Amino acid sequence: MRMTCAQIIMECLLEQGVDTVFGYPGGTILNVYDEMELHGYKDKIRHILTAHEQGACHAADGYARSTGKVGVCFSTSGPGATNLTTGIATAYMDSSPVVCITCNVSENLIGKDSFQEVDITGITMPITKCNFLVRSPEELADVIREAFAIARSGRPGPVLIDIPKNITAAAVDYEPLPVEQHAAHGRLAAMLRRSSHDLKTPEPDFGDIDRLLDMIAKAKRPLVLVGGGVIRSKGAVPQFRKFAETLNAPVASTIMGGGALPGDHPLFTGMIGMHGSHASNLASAECDLLIAIGCRFSDRVATVPDDFAKQAQIVQIDIDRSEIDKNVKTHHHIIGDARRVLQLLNEKLPDHDYPQWKQWVFSHPEVPLKKDGILHPHEILETIQALTDGEAIIATDVGQHQMWSAQYYHFSRPGQLVTSGGFGTMGFGLGAAIGAKLGNPDKPVVLCTGDGSFRMNCNELATLSHYRIPVIIALFDNHTLGMVRQWQHLIYGERYSQTDLDYAPDFVKLSEAYGIPGERCVSQAELEKAMARALESKGPYFLQCDIDKDAMVHPMVSAGTPVTEFLLD
Amino acid sequence: MKTEIHTRHTLSVLVENASGVLSQVSRLFSRKGYNIESLAVGTTDDPAVSRITIEVMGDDAMMEQLMNQLRKQFSVYSVQELLPQRSIRRELVMFKVKAETSDVRNEIVQIANVFRASIIDVSIKSLTIALIGDESKAEAMQNLLETFGILELVRTGMVALERGAYTISDDNKETTEFNLGKSVL
Repeated sequence: MRMTCAQIIMECLLEQGVDTVFGYPGGTILNVYDEMELHGYKDKIRHILTAHEQGACHAADGYARSTGKVGVCFSTSGPGATNLTTGIATAYMDSSPVVCITCNVSENLIGKDSFQEVDITGITMPITKCNFLVRSPEELADVIREAFAIARSGRPGPVLIDIPKNITAAAVDYEPLPVEQHAAHGRLAAMLRRSSHDLKTPEPDFGDIDRLLDMIAKAKRPLVLVGGGVIRSKGAVPQFRKFAETLNAPVASTIMGGGALPGDHPLFTGMIGMHGSHASNLASAECDLLIAIGCRFSDRVATVPDDFAKQAQIVQIDIDRSEIDKNVKTHHHIIGDARRVLQLLNEKLPDHDYPQWKQWVFSHPEVPLKKDGILHPHEILETIQALTDGEAIIATDVGQHQMWSAQYYHFSRPGQLVTSGGFGTMGFGLGAAIGAKLGNPDKPVVLCTGDGSFRMNCNELATLSHYRIPVIIALFDNHTLGMVRQWQHLIYGERYSQTDLDYAPDFVKLSEAYGIPGERCVSQAELEKAMARALESKGPYFLQCDIDKDAMVHPMVSAGTPVTEFLLD
Repeated sequence: MKTEIHTRHTLSVLVENASGVLSQVSRLFSRKGYNIESLAVGTTDDPAVSRITIEVMGDDAMMEQLMNQLRKQFSVYSVQELLPQRSIRRELVMFKVKAETSDVRNEIVQIANVFRASIIDVSIKSLTIALIGDESKAEAMQNLLETFGILELVRTGMVALERGAYTISDDNKETTEFNLGKSVL
């Protein structure tokens, strides 16, 4: 079939089962956008026009994180492409599968500082798993198929395809190919021939599995540390829960591991690290075997790498070999997909129990929760939890509200927490919540955000309003850049340099200006009623939750000090 | 602070012969603040594959991580560190030397013969010599030629191979572990 490359792009997206694309048109991507009207692709693929390309990329990322499918976004060349970069880096740091399609100026204009020209493949090299500049129309379909395979396989991540405008106009033959056959054709087949000698997915090393089982047999105080790898690996969570329950040992989680074990599970010790629970952090220092699954020991988890779990034999299970020994020196590792490694472990793991060890771990009291009539952060999360039966997907921005969400909401399934853990992107939340809701129409989606983060990308209120996307926004309003203020309070002698946000607009009026109903709540009782109305409205809804300016995230460990030395209990 | 002992590391890297791959490889070194001491790139027996030989000064743990991150790139097929005791390293150095009289020319030709270097260009005022060897040989030659006046010097960068029949493509546990991460099924 002969068609233009612009049409081939749309056909290739259909091959991949893409139902939603987030994007923003512009000069060089006109041919692609024209296909939506010309050949009616807009009826097969829903295009969500965001207010800004950054929002489009975050939305594709939120869609990917909450569904496990590849998120797709479109943008034009130059500023359109560079606007994606924060979103791409966010997806890269949290291993989220996103395919970004950018169009560049025509080939005869490349390298001439043409209008809206930028070397986006050069710019995104350090923040993509792989990127492509398509220089021949014949290879386009093949490149798109390879890009999707790379984005979702192994350790997932963002992939960018840059296509010059003249290529989008060129007509070539296109042969439809079902997605199951992609690996046997073209560049993918060539890649598979190179990287492994047969087409089977490589298996974890059985000797490595047995060695871990031996280490478990000898351990008296094992601790499991679960990270985002278990969330990203398809089908890994049931295997993980079986493993944790058979081992019957305490389980700590990184922020990205939220949902691997239900938040109210009796083995769950909570988040670990800088804002980790007492139980998790103290257990990490006392355990004699640490089994880390799909976690990379970031500086927010292992605040002092040489001191982290220093009594323990450390075992790292990861699909990415380059993560082993990167931050924390390990004693043993298993390379493989978390689901498969856990399945192999489960086949041989006998029942264990560590009553004394568990009793010790769970004997550390956590921070008492205040209830005194004014609205406390944990009450906002309790309200969301109660009124959505714990079903809501929580998207967050970055800062105090993010830590409170991770601490107080009980995540019970993978993809329920959509948060920028690695890159810490303020302004991520609203776009991500839009993507999460469109990917999960039957689940309530609540954006927990702060006044600082929200103001960064609140332009996406326009998107929320235009498509009537039923996202509930819970704005934790403390009139300050709370997390930075917390550091200034504790470490910088209460010198609150540039963190006061008292000059903010009236957020309720702002959302109303976009046609989104809004309410202000100052107590949990008010919030409960407002939240009920929000859920009933079946549309976008804005809830401004006034909280104390001096509320802090407890506990807290300073950067660069061991996780057991709490600066704040 | 841990003390880092920086030693010379020679890496051999097989990559896809495509534009952008070299900058993808070199960016991993610059990100860590490593200056590449020597770099040589060329196609292999398969024209679709290039081989890059890189020499850097670095500490062992950091090099290990760098190699791991190199292996992770889709355009990188394999990475091998060539240990000095188990590998052969050579580079080609060209010296353009001032030689304005026949006495000087004769003397330089004799030196070149001792080093088994070849004269590849002669003019009334200069001689150009090509020398193949490792850095000690090149340095010795350079010291001698400096007395005559070196007009220009250029090096190809070190290339290296492992001794014996082993090749960079041979399978081991390490390569299998990386294939798992790259699997696209």
